Amino acid sequence: MNQSNAARPVFTARGLTKTYHMGEVEVQALRGVDLELHAGELIVLLGPSGSGKSTLLNILGGLDVPTGGRVWYLDHELSGADESELTRFRREHVGFVFQFYNLIPSLTARENVAAVTEIASAPMTPEAALELVGLGSRLDHFPAQLSGGEQQRVAIARAVAKNPAVLLCDEPTGALDSTTGVRVLEVLEQVNRELGTLTVLITHNAGIAAMADRVIRLSDGTIAEIRANADKTPARELSW
Amino acid sequence: MKALNRKLLRDLWHLRGQVLAIVAVIMGGVATLVMSLSTYDSLVETRERFYAEYRFAEVFAYLERAPEPVAERLRAIPGVERLETRVVAGARLEVAGFDDPITGRILSLPDVGEAGLNRLHMKRGRRVAPYSSDEVVLSDTFAEAHGLGPGDRIAAIISGKRRSLQVVGVAVSPEYIYQIAPGAMFPDFKRYGVLWMGRTALAAAHDMDGAFNNLTLSLARDAREQAVIDRLDQQLARYGGTGAYGRADQFSNRFLSEELKQLQTTATIFPAIFLGVAAFMLNVVISRLIALQREQVAILKAFGYSHLAIGWHFVKLVLVVVVLGVAAGSALGAWFGQGLASVYQETTFRFPYLHYRLELSVVLIALGVSALAAVSGSLVSVARAARLAPATGMQAEMPAVYRATLLERLGLQRWFGAPTRMILRHIERRPLKSLLTVFGIACAGGLMMVGNYQKDAIDFMVDVQFRQAAREDLAVTFIDPTSGRALHELQALPGVEYVEGFRDVPVVLRHRNHEYRASVYGIEPAGRLHRSLDRSLAPVRVPPEGVVLTDHLASNILHIQPGELLTLEVLEGRRQVLQVPVLGITRQFLGVSAYMQREALNRLLHEGNVVSGAYLAIEPGREAAVYAALHARPRVLSMVANVSAIQSFYATIGEFVLFYNLVATLLAGSIGFGVVYNSARIALSERGRELASLRVLGFTRGEIAYILLGELALLALAAIPVGMLVGVGLIGILVQAFENDLYRLPLILTSANYALGATLIAASTLISALFIWRRLGRLDLVAVLKTRE
Ligand SMILES: Nc1ncnc2c1ncn2[C@@H]1O[C@H](COP(=O)(O)OP(=O)(O)OP(=O)(O)O)[C@@H](O)[C@H]1O
Ligand SMILES: [Mg+2]
Repeated sequence: MNQSNAARPVFTARGLTKTYHMGEVEVQALRGVDLELHAGELIVLLGPSGSGKSTLLNILGGLDVPTGGRVWYLDHELSGADESELTRFRREHVGFVFQFYNLIPSLTARENVAAVTEIASAPMTPEAALELVGLGSRLDHFPAQLSGGEQQRVAIARAVAKNPAVLLCDEPTGALDSTTGVRVLEVLEQVNRELGTLTVLITHNAGIAAMADRVIRLSDGTIAEIRANADKTPARELSW
Repeated sequence: MKALNRKLLRDLWHLRGQVLAIVAVIMGGVATLVMSLSTYDSLVETRERFYAEYRFAEVFAYLERAPEPVAERLRAIPGVERLETRVVAGARLEVAGFDDPITGRILSLPDVGEAGLNRLHMKRGRRVAPYSSDEVVLSDTFAEAHGLGPGDRIAAIISGKRRSLQVVGVAVSPEYIYQIAPGAMFPDFKRYGVLWMGRTALAAAHDMDGAFNNLTLSLARDAREQAVIDRLDQQLARYGGTGAYGRADQFSNRFLSEELKQLQTTATIFPAIFLGVAAFMLNVVISRLIALQREQVAILKAFGYSHLAIGWHFVKLVLVVVVLGVAAGSALGAWFGQGLASVYQETTFRFPYLHYRLELSVVLIALGVSALAAVSGSLVSVARAARLAPATGMQAEMPAVYRATLLERLGLQRWFGAPTRMILRHIERRPLKSLLTVFGIACAGGLMMVGNYQKDAIDFMVDVQFRQAAREDLAVTFIDPTSGRALHELQALPGVEYVEGFRDVPVVLRHRNHEYRASVYGIEPAGRLHRSLDRSLAPVRVPPEGVVLTDHLASNILHIQPGELLTLEVLEGRRQVLQVPVLGITRQFLGVSAYMQREALNRLLHEGNVVSGAYLAIEPGREAAVYAALHARPRVLSMVANVSAIQSFYATIGEFVLFYNLVATLLAGSIGFGVVYNSARIALSERGRELASLRVLGFTRGEIAYILLGELALLALAAIPVGMLVGVGLIGILVQAFENDLYRLPLILTSANYALGATLIAASTLISALFIWRRLGRLDLVAVLKTRE
């Protein structure tokens, strides 16, 4: 929560670049990003479409590798790690929440969470995780039987149930209406507060930035601005 | 090119793996169809042409002896177009450097000029010179087997007298396209030969001067065959006629007809399986494609494309796949067909020429049948696409609806982790599709078993015939029925271990309006060498005073049951008509027979202790000595040696079996791999997103592979027993389809064959799994997160 009491940043990025080759065309998604993210922070990542937000998040989460520069998780270097090291990293330390929920349709809410806790080392129970997101009464529903907001909350429960060190969310409210979106943000805020999970949240909605400890604004593959929020607005009071 | 057509090509390219798998299966079906039909056409046409060109007779008759002038009376029978008399003699042959006994059949040719019926196609050399006394023409199989040709000499023992003969030519006759020695079970080109000789020379050797013992005739345009046969039988009775018969009962022709029937069966059963499976696969692929293209379809419709245009678009996709499959299948089928036709020509259908032809109509039939199967298979999903309302199409598809499986509701869920539940629920969500997949895979296993069945069946038949029933080393036939004392002489020959006499009499068996020409064999009641077997293939004692019949003869030909009386019309000697009770049913796969105790048969014929020949057991290693001793005896008409018969049989059919196994393995493999790979690809496409999400959550490639391939493995596992059932069923159909009096196939299933079916399924699954495993490595984790579906 407070930059000064974290001994070592959770993520450190130095001169991060990412280039996509599309046949003849080269797309520079990231052009030298330097960054430090600390334990317990709630970060909001803003920026116009195509500015490289998702690319950055995916590299931090070990889904993608940078073309240049280096990135560390604590003292593990992620740049240059191989596929199985990245898998282990994701499995042990990262929780993901996606815009389109990506629940497993053939598993119930409880089982969707269990699918992750079964392979984690010190998870909470699926029931506790679902209780945390306010779905304690919907344990045995299949995704097809849940609303979009509920599905997204199951996704959050699934992401946090293994007690990850970081929670990475790519437009978690993108597919939701304002009221439902606020409900989901409240859950994220609560997880961040109660479990102390470093949370990175991508959004197109500048209003949401008010709930962050720090706001990072990307523009054309570089960091345009990092702004610390002196007084955070609780998610409950946001609207758009 | 229109935009929609360009989309078609892109879709096809995108689906190339699956398209290839379906093309392979259609190809399999079309290949069998084209192979069987074209071979059938070619053989039928070649046969008809050969028969017509070489004047194959239409009615045939053997008799003891009739003076030549009788022929004039016979020619007067209404309906007879052309009638020719002949002398036919059984003989023993000797070829220098070959010690085994050889049975020969010598037919007379007119002394001058060519025969009017059953003409010879000369392959080499020339015809017999007019009135020559020692020139012969050999049948091509025999000449080839021994490397004989014009200029060589062979010896023949005719009516007990040894003659040296000069080979002048090698020929093929429409009468002996399929050749098998009387009393033998398999063709043996080395030990059975047909020869042609001048009439005067043969008549002199066989005591038939101015007489004949065989005739053949052709029928006038609208003659009734049966009427001619009846009149012929009446007139020949007093000359020892053994009953005239038409082409349908002519041995060589009958055998060819049975083979052709087999081909027709192959042309229906197997393509039906393949095309059924292909239709199912297309259905699955097209439904999936349409599900993926909901939005595109909706947009196209919003633009104003009609239902028909959209439906036609997908039908075109199906048709492209069909055309590819039919083209590849026709090419493969033509190749197989040429192979099969030439294998046939080398082994059974010894036509001097063979016109392999692939009729356009065959390809069109293949195209029609495949298109019908494929389009009907995918029609439901195409119709669904056409009916899709634009607005619904553009909404996101709701998550698929799943529920807890039966196993879990039974309280077993704590045994399953999340991945296992995913497998079970996915299978249970679409039970029909899972079932059809299992069935499709099972068909591959079943086909594999059918391909291999042939060899098992032959091994089994040979075992039953030669190791259970006819266990003699040598069967010796005398020129005439002989006193049983001859057996003592045989027993006394050095090297002969054991002798059993037999009496065989040509008869017509009659029961109500059913009749069958056969021989009644009088054998020893509890013989050590020649035995009859009961239904469970255990040797049974032949009961006194009655006859036992082969099951097929009793139930399917004569429709007679144990206890009922059978009429025997003896066709030799005093031509008695006798009533004998049927006292038992025996089992036999090759031919059909009627057995009695020899004593009882002798008594019935009012003859003393008489034998027609003997079965011999020979000390191993002394065969040559025994053959030589028997060669020296003029009264020995023929000798058939079992071991060498089996060996030569295996040599002839080896190629056949190999060819069938190759084709079956290829086809079964293509179905197996096609179905498994296709369903795995569909599963990957349906669930790629799910699996990628799991990868993002930290599942390893192995763990997500378990979910996808675990399902595949489960289906394949379920397909193994089903495949065995399919195999048994198909083999059962074959057994039913090929039941005839020449042979019946045993329903025999070896564990090796079961294992082979299972192995094919396992192997196709493994190979598909490898492909899928590689694809799982290329799963794009980031892309999944960006898109809705
Ligand atoms: N797989 C890819 N192949 C090629 N180019 C890509 C790929 N992924 C992203 N890009 C390009 O990289 C740039 C940054 O993409 P990114 O997804 O990070 O943007 P974003 O900031 O998340 O945008 P949005 O807000 O629209 O999601 C874009 O120009 C995009 O076109
Ligand atoms: Mg993005």
